[in-house]
Amino acid sequence: MSDTSRPGSLADKLPSALFPRVSGLGMVALLIALLLIGLLIIPVLLVIYVAFQDPNTGALTLNNFQDFFGSSLFRESFWNSFYVSAMSVVVATIIALPLAYITTRFNFAGSMVIQSLGFIPLIMPPFVGAVAMQLIFGRNGTINLLLKEKFGVSIPFMDGLNGVILVQSIHYFPFILINLSTSLRNIDRSMEEAAQNLGSYGMRLFRRVVFPLAMPGYIAGAALVFIKVFDDLGTPLLLNVNNMLAPQAFLRISSIGISDPMGYVISFILVMFSIFSLWASFLFMRGKDYSTVQKGGGGLSKRDLRTHEKIMAYGVVAMILLAVLSPHIGLTLLSFATIWSYAPLPDGYTMQNFVTMWNSSGEYITNTVIYAGLAAVADIIIGTAIAYIVMRTKIFGRKALDYLATAALAVPGVVLGIGYLRLFHGMEVPFSGEPMASWWVIIALALMIRRLPYALRACTAALQQVSVSLEEAAENLGASKARTVKKIVVPLMTGGILAGFVTSFATAAVELSATIMLVSSDSDAPLAYGIYLFMQTPSGRGAGAALGLVAVLIVGLGTFLSQMVVERDKKYRMSGQEQ
Amino acid sequence: MKQQMVGIEIENVHLSFGNTEVLTGVNLKIEPGEFFAFLGPSGSGKSTLLRAIAGFGPRPSGAIKIGGKDIVDLPPWKRNVGMVFQSYALWPHLSVRDNVAFGLRERKMPRNEIGPRVDAALDLVGLSHLADRMPNQLSGGQQQRIALARTVVVEPQVLLLDEPLSNLDANLRVQMRRELLSLQRKLGLTTIFVTHDQEEANTTSDRMAVLDGGVIQQVGSPQVLYDNPQNLFVANFLGTANVLNGKVEKSGEQMRFVTNTGDALPIGSTDVTSGSIVLRPQNITISASGNGDTINGKVLHREFLGSQIRYIVEAAGSEIIVDQSHAVGADWQEIGSDVALQVNAQTAVMIADAG
Repeated sequence: MSDTSRPGSLADKLPSALFPRVSGLGMVALLIALLLIGLLIIPVLLVIYVAFQDPNTGALTLNNFQDFFGSSLFRESFWNSFYVSAMSVVVATIIALPLAYITTRFNFAGSMVIQSLGFIPLIMPPFVGAVAMQLIFGRNGTINLLLKEKFGVSIPFMDGLNGVILVQSIHYFPFILINLSTSLRNIDRSMEEAAQNLGSYGMRLFRRVVFPLAMPGYIAGAALVFIKVFDDLGTPLLLNVNNMLAPQAFLRISSIGISDPMGYVISFILVMFSIFSLWASFLFMRGKDYSTVQKGGGGLSKRDLRTHEKIMAYGVVAMILLAVLSPHIGLTLLSFATIWSYAPLPDGYTMQNFVTMWNSSGEYITNTVIYAGLAAVADIIIGTAIAYIVMRTKIFGRKALDYLATAALAVPGVVLGIGYLRLFHGMEVPFSGEPMASWWVIIALALMIRRLPYALRACTAALQQVSVSLEEAAENLGASKARTVKKIVVPLMTGGILAGFVTSFATAAVELSATIMLVSSDSDAPLAYGIYLFMQTPSGRGAGAALGLVAVLIVGLGTFLSQMVVERDKKYRMSGQEQ
Repeated sequence: MKQQMVGIEIENVHLSFGNTEVLTGVNLKIEPGEFFAFLGPSGSGKSTLLRAIAGFGPRPSGAIKIGGKDIVDLPPWKRNVGMVFQSYALWPHLSVRDNVAFGLRERKMPRNEIGPRVDAALDLVGLSHLADRMPNQLSGGQQQRIALARTVVVEPQVLLLDEPLSNLDANLRVQMRRELLSLQRKLGLTTIFVTHDQEEANTTSDRMAVLDGGVIQQVGSPQVLYDNPQNLFVANFLGTANVLNGKVEKSGEQMRFVTNTGDALPIGSTDVTSGSIVLRPQNITISASGNGDTINGKVLHREFLGSQIRYIVEAAGSEIIVDQSHAVGADWQEIGSDVALQVNAQTAVMIADAG
């Protein structure tokens, strides 16, 4: 038992004016604020500043924007990015809406399947699936070869922008599915019954009452899909669609150099669109808390399906799930394939790809574990600290800390990458003297900032579960603040923190957009970058797919583990309440 | 808005959730224009029965006739039965006006007729000035009235109210139940009111049905049910009841109830030979010493309730509650003192042993 933190230590006896003290937590808050400002706000502001700067004189100007919109390639890129994002929302909606409706509406044995399989796309980085989808849906892919053989037609699923739209909507539709399902489940059955009682039914009932009530969830999901697609770099790059904003930014910076202003102009536009979409969806949802479930009411009434309806429902679900799982199927086939081109299925199967992958990508995997591990550990430490400061203290500006950390959501990976390149350009790593911008630690820092919002949410949720009275009981029995946090709060939060760690780790492990900007040598590259390199050559695809499978396994296992932890924690808590 | 009044007949209705039977052999006849209450504790099946009339929940067996027509196989939207939900179920994405107009639009009423109808309905509940508000800007009482307006504007044949007052605070509840009743009288709508609160049922309904365990225990006017309960459940559910077990003995013209402890009380004529006697607390008189047929006991507790003094008296092998009205200067019996309890023979109710 240490007595240093007890009241009555020497510092407490001195008059405070003589010995100005900042509380320990105050110091922590200050440090985190500095960290976030240095690694998030300054790089982004720098990028925006450079966008408005004349590259030669350094004076403020709008010329860069004039040049941007004066170029037909950039105008086209801008329009393409917008078109692809909007269409991805539309296609994702077409996939998600029937799934959400069927699961929340009917007593449908397939609901569990949809709920678990529906989330599988999220555990695969979209660019990993892109190549596999090319092989299945591409001009010379499985589907079109079969169509040509049987009917003499082909459908340009994967040509140009179509390919990006298809890959993105298949990857991101779960965001709409999750949010929409939650919203639908939060509608009390009396809402629907009141409409039926007044003469409404069928599609009209859905259109006038059910869907409007689920609108906030739908909008939240749709906005997320829009931003994610608008910002994404990996998928268009791998599909070789370069006339979009994010690839243009990447290509300008990587081929012309970090002094080229166009990359910054594009970054500015990307940030503005992110903020605008978030703001628009926030505006829409303000004052619209439509969650109406009553105590004991419990969501829309479910009904049994008639036989022909059941067949139809299973048909729809099977079709959608097949499309949704096609990247995984394609990837698996590709990883075991000897040669797969101009044929519906691979010519033969082999384990050679895994051997190649294993021999040449041990470094990628090690790097990934180090970067993502460091980033995730830092995330949960910072996340726990912010959650505690925001919810349990009265430190000035604590809300700002929360907003600051969450703001990372609105910053595309490309932008953060460009910001770091610019900020650390010319700086040297202390002692070793190597250039800071190509130091591997920078990659880990970028991953940390990018994943912090997720870890913060997990930690906040975990802390919300710890009743203040549990802490007060400890303090009442003589434990200091610091000891209470250590002995009571953190142990009770363990489950949530662990879930936050796993989520951060798994998603950081497959992040491409920021890392692709920051990787300076192959030996420093993480797994996602390795997959990208493999996929550049036809001969490397097999090994790339094998590495892709590793990535999917890491994220899948991570998701599964964090789910387990959360569930176990829930049970543990429930049993505690019953006793 | 006054229209043809219709009656409701419920004939041999059974209803199950899976394997659990929640309504058993319900038979009921509700007269045209009647204000009828379903009264019972939670889980008694009262809400289930109401929802079955509206067409919600599993399909019941038996018949539910409105105006002589069996509606069991009609979907909810074809029944023209207006229901006000316990939670009001105002749609949060629609304004008050759009909420009220909803049913009329569903009925494809011409636009120029909808406006005046909505205004009239809002006027009826006295909330015309709130037409453009959103539901979440309304107080509980206002939401309740809008829900009512939304239901009556479509001129349903029958009005169903599912615990309409349970979400309101005590004062508002008293006011709203008067408003509900006067509105019902004005519209002449056959109305069913579900509640677990006997006071609400007593003060509003013409007649009521007491339910327990999915079975109707007794049907009648509030006063009949209170004064002449047919079984112990009804006796205990409606107000406070002292129940003593014993036998009926006849000595000459006078019938007497002899408790298991041997205490005897005079009662009116009855066919019951053995069972329970129900004594309402206010029908027992307490005094220091009795003469004639009294039961002797000892005061255990005394509570001053303002208009009444409630004594708990240990007598006849049980604890008997006695209420005496209080007036200035009235005598109080002391705790621990010996007292005599006297019962007016006409007020005691005999209930035969079940089975």
